Amino acid sequence: MNITETENEIIDEFELFDDWMDKYNYIIELGKTLPLIDPQYKTDGYLIPGCQSQVWLHANYADGKIVYKADSDAIITKGIINLLIRVLSNRTPQEILDAPLAYLDKIGIKEHLSPTRSNGLVSMIQQMKLYAATFQTQNS
Amino acid sequence: MNRNDFPILDQQINGQPLVYFDNAATTQKPEVVIQALADYYRSINSNIHRGVHYLSQKATQEFEIARQTIQHFINAPSHQEVIFTRGTTESINLIASSFGHTFLHENDEVLISEMEHHANIVPWQMICDEKKAKLVVAAFDETGTLDMNDFQQKLSPKTKIVAISHVSNTLGTINPIKQIIELAHAQGTPVMIDGAQAVSHLKVDVQDLDCDFYCFSGHKMYAPMGIGVMYGKAQWLNAMPPYQGGGEMIKNVTFEKTTYNELPFKFEAGTPAVGDVIGLKTAINYINSIGIENIAQCENELLQYATQQLQNIDGVTIIGTAEHKTSIISFIMKDIHHYDAGFIIDKMGVAVRTGHHCTQPIMDKLKITGTIRASFAFYNTREEIDQLVRAIFKTKEMLS
Repeated sequence: MNITETENEIIDEFELFDDWMDKYNYIIELGKTLPLIDPQYKTDGYLIPGCQSQVWLHANYADGKIVYKADSDAIITKGIINLLIRVLSNRTPQEILDAPLAYLDKIGIKEHLSPTRSNGLVSMIQQMKLYAATFQTQNS
Repeated sequence: MNRNDFPILDQQINGQPLVYFDNAATTQKPEVVIQALADYYRSINSNIHRGVHYLSQKATQEFEIARQTIQHFINAPSHQEVIFTRGTTESINLIASSFGHTFLHENDEVLISEMEHHANIVPWQMICDEKKAKLVVAAFDETGTLDMNDFQQKLSPKTKIVAISHVSNTLGTINPIKQIIELAHAQGTPVMIDGAQAVSHLKVDVQDLDCDFYCFSGHKMYAPMGIGVMYGKAQWLNAMPPYQGGGEMIKNVTFEKTTYNELPFKFEAGTPAVGDVIGLKTAINYINSIGIENIAQCENELLQYATQQLQNIDGVTIIGTAEHKTSIISFIMKDIHHYDAGFIIDKMGVAVRTGHHCTQPIMDKLKITGTIRASFAFYNTREEIDQLVRAIFKTKEMLS
């Protein structure tokens, strides 16, 4: 499945929800089921500090694709991380750099990505793209 | 009480009637203040002082009446001791810089407390770094009460100024500032009070307190944002150099030398926020019309009710249980991050603040990353506190 297909799949999933509670119960569930990050990456070197919640992000480049692992101290932030990883992880640097991430707006969670929320998510997306740009440069 | 005076409160958020419990961050504005601001720009907007035309004279007159209103509100001996700033933060920066450059020297000490807002930590750190002076910090105990033994131990002949909050913005604690001022004065040390969280809740009388400086913001007392006050005793203000240079603050300028204007203008460089000053005057008149004692009583009842309700919820811990508090209630929820809780509570129509509240040292001391803070004003109601309680239960249900 390419990035657009995965985004559309997520949009379809979110269309099933009638109200914010159903939607956030699902996001909380996604937070709980986010694969655990290796404890060695849950350190200051991988920390993306936010004023409200904190995010840890690790990227590994192998066979032309980047695999992201991440964690947060807040469960809603973790749920949204799950949605970001589902779309952006295991992709080529070029795919990641080109991803518009418009689905975040379409599923109505863009409010978590406002810089004033300062939950680390905006910086996390920037960091994911930065990793992609770096791996691409190193391997070109 | 007087809820209908605040037009913003009459709206729905996320399908629920708005419950505004973020008053410690900023209060809402009554219609009279909004109207005063609009009237100023509609009818007398003009640059003040030195203008000979009618509008300038009128605006100057209103501006100086406002200064006198503030003088009487805090019972300052003279209107010349009332300096307009952008807010508490600028007031403290002014004092730290101007007082510090004159009176702080190597190995001197500035005494603050552990419960200070960053605005009453960082400006002092900056001047201490510059002057090679030391920032000394008095502790608070597990209830959020200032440890007066520790304070007395740390107050020494090296202490050149004490800078302390009247009320903690995170814990709600009312500090015994009169006692602090007496102790400091007994050894000749001046005291600056950060009154940002106090002026809208408590009667402040700077002569009775005998404080040397008192700082506060308009926007936390029903006035517009962008206007604040720095009260200082004339003896200090006359001995301190200007903070900023520019128009208004001068007496005579040549390329060789400038002489400075008298108080209060010496500390008011540039065009002030005239409309906001008039808005602040209107807000003070509004507070006076209700009576600060009535406000305090109403808010205290809300605090007592909220404390009772919250302390009975399993998994909720109140942070800050000092005996004397204003209407601020900070709490944490077991195994629930404050960001998640704040988000769900907002979805339930209740505006609270989450995080470290610009008091990271308090969080470090208590080994927490943040709290959820509800802060009440007199226009809040018990029914709204009930709505907060329902929101907390919903948060528990969704996040546990």
